[in-house]
Amino acid sequence: MTPKLNRWKRFADWDERPLRLDKFAAEDPANGFSAFSSPADPKPGIGIAGGRVVSLDGVLEHDYDMIDRFIARHHIDPDVAPEAMALDSATVARWLVDMNVPRETLVRLAHGMTPAKLAEVVSQLNALEIAFAYSKMRARKTPGNQAHVTNAKDDPLQLAADAATAVAFGFDEIETTMRVSRNAWSNAVACAVGGAVGRWGTLFQCSSEEAEELRIAMAGFTSYAETVSVYGTEKSFTDGDDTPWSKAFLAAAYASRGVKMRCTSGAGSELLMGFHEAKSLLYLEARCLCLQRGMGVQGTQNGGIDGAPLTATIPGGVRELMAENLIAVWLDLECASGNDARSTESEIRVGAKILPYLIAGSDLICSGMGSILKYDNSFNPSLINGEELEDYLVLQRDFEADGGLTPLPESRAIELRERAVEAIAAVFEELGLSTPTEDMKTSVVYASGSDDTRSLMPRDVSFISEAIKERGITVIDVVKALANRGFREEAENLLNVVKLRLSGDYLQTSAMIRNGRIVSAVNDPNDYLGPGSGYRVSEERRLQLNDIRDVLDQKEVLRSEALHEKDEARHIRYRNLGPAANGSTNDDVVIGISPAFGLKLYRTTAGHRLSEVLGAMLDAIRARGLKARVVRFRHTADTSFLGLSAARLAGSGIGIGIQAKGTAVIHQRDRQPHNNLELFSNAPITRLEHYRALGANAAAYALGEMPEPIVVPQRGEAMGSRYHARVALIYAIETGLTEAGAAPEEVDVTLTGAKS
Amino acid sequence: MTRTRADYPLAETQPGAVTGKHGKALPDITLDAVLAGEVTMEDLRITPQALQAQADVARDVGRPTLALNFERGAELVEVPQDFIMQVYELLRPGRAKSKEELLEAAATMRDTYQAERIARFIEEAAETYAARGLFTFRF
Repeated sequence: MTPKLNRWKRFADWDERPLRLDKFAAEDPANGFSAFSSPADPKPGIGIAGGRVVSLDGVLEHDYDMIDRFIARHHIDPDVAPEAMALDSATVARWLVDMNVPRETLVRLAHGMTPAKLAEVVSQLNALEIAFAYSKMRARKTPGNQAHVTNAKDDPLQLAADAATAVAFGFDEIETTMRVSRNAWSNAVACAVGGAVGRWGTLFQCSSEEAEELRIAMAGFTSYAETVSVYGTEKSFTDGDDTPWSKAFLAAAYASRGVKMRCTSGAGSELLMGFHEAKSLLYLEARCLCLQRGMGVQGTQNGGIDGAPLTATIPGGVRELMAENLIAVWLDLECASGNDARSTESEIRVGAKILPYLIAGSDLICSGMGSILKYDNSFNPSLINGEELEDYLVLQRDFEADGGLTPLPESRAIELRERAVEAIAAVFEELGLSTPTEDMKTSVVYASGSDDTRSLMPRDVSFISEAIKERGITVIDVVKALANRGFREEAENLLNVVKLRLSGDYLQTSAMIRNGRIVSAVNDPNDYLGPGSGYRVSEERRLQLNDIRDVLDQKEVLRSEALHEKDEARHIRYRNLGPAANGSTNDDVVIGISPAFGLKLYRTTAGHRLSEVLGAMLDAIRARGLKARVVRFRHTADTSFLGLSAARLAGSGIGIGIQAKGTAVIHQRDRQPHNNLELFSNAPITRLEHYRALGANAAAYALGEMPEPIVVPQRGEAMGSRYHARVALIYAIETGLTEAGAAPEEVDVTLTGAKS
Repeated sequence: MTRTRADYPLAETQPGAVTGKHGKALPDITLDAVLAGEVTMEDLRITPQALQAQADVARDVGRPTLALNFERGAELVEVPQDFIMQVYELLRPGRAKSKEELLEAAATMRDTYQAERIARFIEEAAETYAARGLFTFRF
């Protein structure tokens, strides 16, 4: 007796899925858990008097907190504000998705909009509209991407190798940080050197304490900074130990040193810090973004960032992340659009999260993607990591969408990793910092992650790092060391990156380097005005995106079949006996084989020799005392028709149809073609024992019995994705041999080889 | 002269006019020059002129706030790193104990480094911090 349970077992199944590790939070605006709107959010509003903003979203000037004050003074353009604020928000929302309303028109209006107004407008868009508007409004036309390059040991050899690999995959920026903060200088030198291998132009940052980061930039090792965080409430801002003025001062300081900079802000930070003022995530983020435009930074790292996992627990949270990114680009800021902190354990949620950005494009789609393994990511795992990077390459190919990356052949990856490891080792030796052993270097070259390496440990690295800092080593010293040790190309590459800071061209909005040239929102502005405009994947680029590894074509299929041809010749001989006759006795069962069976194709998709498959069926039929004939059909390659035609020739009225790929059917003379007795459609999992049972059942039907149909057990494998490309190519070989009206041929089969 | 978007990128349109602090132009900063010891970090520093040119370009493409940041940056080029970090520290919450400390820093920026925009910016911060009680002691 089956016992009664207290739950539906499906829920127990669901409990086992990674999704259930994600926790979800109830909507609760009073406690800050609200994505798009909260009763505490102000209504949009502005008061202008004498060219001054005297009220902002319902707050009068003398009540401004420091964020209101900064936005009123530095973001709002009083000449535009009256017009922009008077517009109906629904109308502006429509303009955002209207391809006929140019980006510049909307950017100008945003200069006059308050945070509440911007939030009110984008709130009206659904997720698809937000993605579309984002694609239209982002500042630079060509999309790009950023990688994290870190490891659990702060091992500089691995950093160099992984930086070189990331550069080769096409990342426009790489960002590092440390497990141990005093290792910052070593990390900076290692990534700068690794990032100079293969090509030049990848920008690099070393995320560390504000003052230290600026010093590292001054020494020339890094070329940008992005961890200048801003917050949407006054209390979180001061708890973050800054003010809008201190951060804006830092922004000017970076500019004065010729170093590219963006701020960071994202939903959920105020909630995490405990000062959310019961406001919605989007409204607080709109404040952050208006602040950033006011500060005069060229861009923002935005879209939840460290707060993304928390935001994703809230209803509509992921849509909110997209909405805040839209506000960022509408405010004309470069957007490194999050998709970094891993916001879920569910691979489905990961894929769904990245897709809108991949197809809409973004200045930096991830900020950044883990180019290293999850456990090596010193920032915390990214949405997409070294483990899943290939999935992302395939998504690019699936959607013909440029996600900024290019497939990298394995041999090239090894070459670059060797070069990078040798280069950093040479620099360390030349500067008297360390002498890495051959074993250290080799272990790093082939390592997927730091678990595989026998290299420098965090403590070793600390001595290197402190020496770099204490001795005042600069990028000039590193360039010289590289050149002196024969790494001239890398020396040139590194020097080129430092030279960028002289003109400051890369300080402009959304600047990156492609093929040695500056590409920014100034000389590559997004000009989307509908299909045919904006960024388009060129044919050349499309072919790059397509070039993933292990791609199957007909040549490849025929090549592998040719390998089997000789082998089969030792096991079976087919002899054509001329036109097949109708069987005259009721103990006659016919096996109908397809046109290419044993002639061009030799194995089933499960890998069984056709000789063995045929032998198993013949044996099983004969074991019941029946006669079994083999007939080749050339008028069709379709399993059903093969089976039916065989049945019609058989004296018993029972026939088997089988294709070379192993798909088989048991048929009966008087049935409709597709209404067979038994079908064996999952050839890739059909084993010899099934073919034997198939033969036995055919015999049983011929004897007038009613056998138990054969079940080929399957566990829900995605047969189509695993086999259909091969199957279609194989089937084309079969159909290529068919000939209308070709008569069935009696075949004498001699099994010669030993069974395996 | 005021630059426009047509001058961008400056490193491509007028490389000879892009120079470092000691006047060494972009085409002269080669690997061989570095190896010959003719290039120092100072030669790789942006100039106020370059930042002003970028400010012009930013303004021309409709980014006035970015232009202002470049102009503030231009004023800081000649300010020593230590003083920049000192002023940054002072601007952080609770570091300055009174408005006067910030005003003093603003005066140094104005008088010693002719950093007028920066000075006004610090003064504005001082006024805001006073209004918002940011000169309170933080433990």
